[in-house]
Amino acid sequence: MRWLLLKDLQILRRSPLLVALLIIYPVLVALLIGYALSRGPSKPKVAFLNEVPKGQGSFDVGGTKINGNQYANRFFEAIDPVPVKNRAQALEKVRSGQALAALIIPADIVQKLSTGGLEQPTLDVIYNAENPLKRQYVESTIQFQLAKANQALSGKFREVAAQYIGLLLKGGTFNAFGANFQILGLKNAKAILEGVSASLPRGSPERKALDQVIHFAGLAIDNLDLSNAALSSISAPLKVKTTTIGAGKDQPLDSFAVAVAVTISMMFVCVLLAAGMLALEREENAFTRLARGLVSRLGLLTEKISLAALCAALVGLAMLIGIGAFVTVDWGRFPLWVVAVVFAAAGFAALGVAIGGLAREVRAASLFAFLLSLPVAVIALVPSGATNQTLYDIIRVVSAIFPFRPALDAMDAALSGGGIALPLLHLVILVVAFGAIARLSLRRFA
Amino acid sequence: MSSATRSEPAPGATPTPNAQRPTPPLTSPTLAGTTVATEPSLRVDDIGMRYGDLVALRDVSFTAKPGERVAVIGPNGAGKTTLLSILAGIQRPSSGRISLDREHVGWVPQHAAVYRKLSVAENLRLFARLEKVPDVEDAVQRMLAQTRLAGRADDEVGTLSGGNRQRVNIAVGLLSDPRLLLLDEPSTALDPRHRERVWEFIGERAETGTTILFSTHNVGEAERYADRLLVLADAELLFDGTAAEFVALAGDVHDVEAAFVRFLHARGH
Repeated sequence: MRWLLLKDLQILRRSPLLVALLIIYPVLVALLIGYALSRGPSKPKVAFLNEVPKGQGSFDVGGTKINGNQYANRFFEAIDPVPVKNRAQALEKVRSGQALAALIIPADIVQKLSTGGLEQPTLDVIYNAENPLKRQYVESTIQFQLAKANQALSGKFREVAAQYIGLLLKGGTFNAFGANFQILGLKNAKAILEGVSASLPRGSPERKALDQVIHFAGLAIDNLDLSNAALSSISAPLKVKTTTIGAGKDQPLDSFAVAVAVTISMMFVCVLLAAGMLALEREENAFTRLARGLVSRLGLLTEKISLAALCAALVGLAMLIGIGAFVTVDWGRFPLWVVAVVFAAAGFAALGVAIGGLAREVRAASLFAFLLSLPVAVIALVPSGATNQTLYDIIRVVSAIFPFRPALDAMDAALSGGGIALPLLHLVILVVAFGAIARLSLRRFA
Repeated sequence: MSSATRSEPAPGATPTPNAQRPTPPLTSPTLAGTTVATEPSLRVDDIGMRYGDLVALRDVSFTAKPGERVAVIGPNGAGKTTLLSILAGIQRPSSGRISLDREHVGWVPQHAAVYRKLSVAENLRLFARLEKVPDVEDAVQRMLAQTRLAGRADDEVGTLSGGNRQRVNIAVGLLSDPRLLLLDEPSTALDPRHRERVWEFIGERAETGTTILFSTHNVGEAERYADRLLVLADAELLFDGTAAEFVALAGDVHDVEAAFVRFLHARGH
């Protein structure tokens, strides 16, 4: 088996195109994914027209100055603004595709906002419907930013309203139209009334009437004390408490993306190599010589699995190290990476030899390997809830039959934590099962 | 694999109607017409091969002596390759018994069974190691010299002509210095010059005492290079004897090719 392994490595060394593909392909994937993850999503280009006259971006609500530019800037964090001079230009930018959408801030926005919510200003948003995917992307980005701006503004209005209520409760100075007014406040009024009531004779009709007013003032104080919380509920009716459960809790998106990238690359390298190298033994007619007792059939399969797994494991580790240069990964878990990579590679290699044994020709084996691997990887990434339960159950069963899902789980666990033993055991079972299929396929291999 | 001569009963072998047929005598006429009594290096008793309902071989029996060249001829689908692959140990027969020294059997498949990306020497070295030849380098040099490929030892097999590739193929079959060499249509797809070289090479091996058993479609080649003919048709061995006996059996013909056609025609082929 040692000599066969050396022979295969020698053949690989003399196939520069194949070796280049085996090295360049995963390195390119690693660089692309690392770059994509480290850069984050790009901002959509949005034509931006602000019709508010210069210097009038701020407004006053109940004595509190609110700067409108502050909210406009929040939009610019999520979009790439393309400044335009007028509405026609904004429409043209969207129509020509230079901008995915246009956002027009009306001139009366400041005036309407300064009414403190009595009048509602309207923002104009224009989308280009040519590409539904892009439209959906920019629409959701703008809607999300608008929701955030609405929430921020309503929070500001709530603060102003709370100040008024505080003034009503505790009293103080109120500024209106440039003049200051002293407000007594309910609590002070109640205290004064209680003093007056105490000075009146018990049982007198004046004291009885005054006590009713004091009782009402108490009720008003108690309920207005709750108004701040009530206003908070109005500005943000739903409060979200987030709890994550399952193996992937606290798992960063980057780690999962790295696990997916490495597992997919390893799968292609390993399955194609194992399938191709086994089928090559038949295409070179060498199998008939080997099968005479020079190498046992099981030995031949073990050699092919070892060869493909070795190459894929090296590729997998190289990818992890490459991606690690871009993305934060826990290098302390390196031994677990090695374990996951080795088991995953063995699982893929066993699938590869089964394909090679069944297909019997290198080209057919390569095509078979590719056509099988791609959908297996895609369906294994379908999240629960994305489809109906019956279909999802079928997907789970199909995913469990092939090594991609357990390999991904093992890689994910190795990178981010979680139970690794079960996916490794799953992979061992699949190695045995696909090894058995490959062994049976060799009966008609000669 | 043991080095001792052994009999290989087929798994689940069952007696066939011809199982009681006496084994052919251990003596056989040579081309020169003399009879030499020698222990056979190969004895085949009533072997049969089935693939489901398809019968590929039915109760085939024969022997071959050291240094003897035996040609297996027959129409397409007669069972020639099946017979040779059973003798080579690639397949196990459904029934019957084979006696040969498995460790000293050389196998040359019809299509060159060598790695195109490896050089001539690397191929020889690899198979010598797999055959567990005691002195690998000596065996490689010996085969390079015998096949007259020493000058192309470092060339990748993929760059060789079909004839040279076939010589490498035969050299690999001879690495273990076999006492029985099995060749499946060794001259197919070779030009006359290369064919001549291959037969010359095979003849030299026979002179050293190696038993040669080869299949061929070329009846003329069988007549020229074999001491004995085995004629297979429809999975059965229909004739076992010399070319002269075969021509005589057919009657009123002067060459083996005409005899072959008449022989098969008379049997409904």
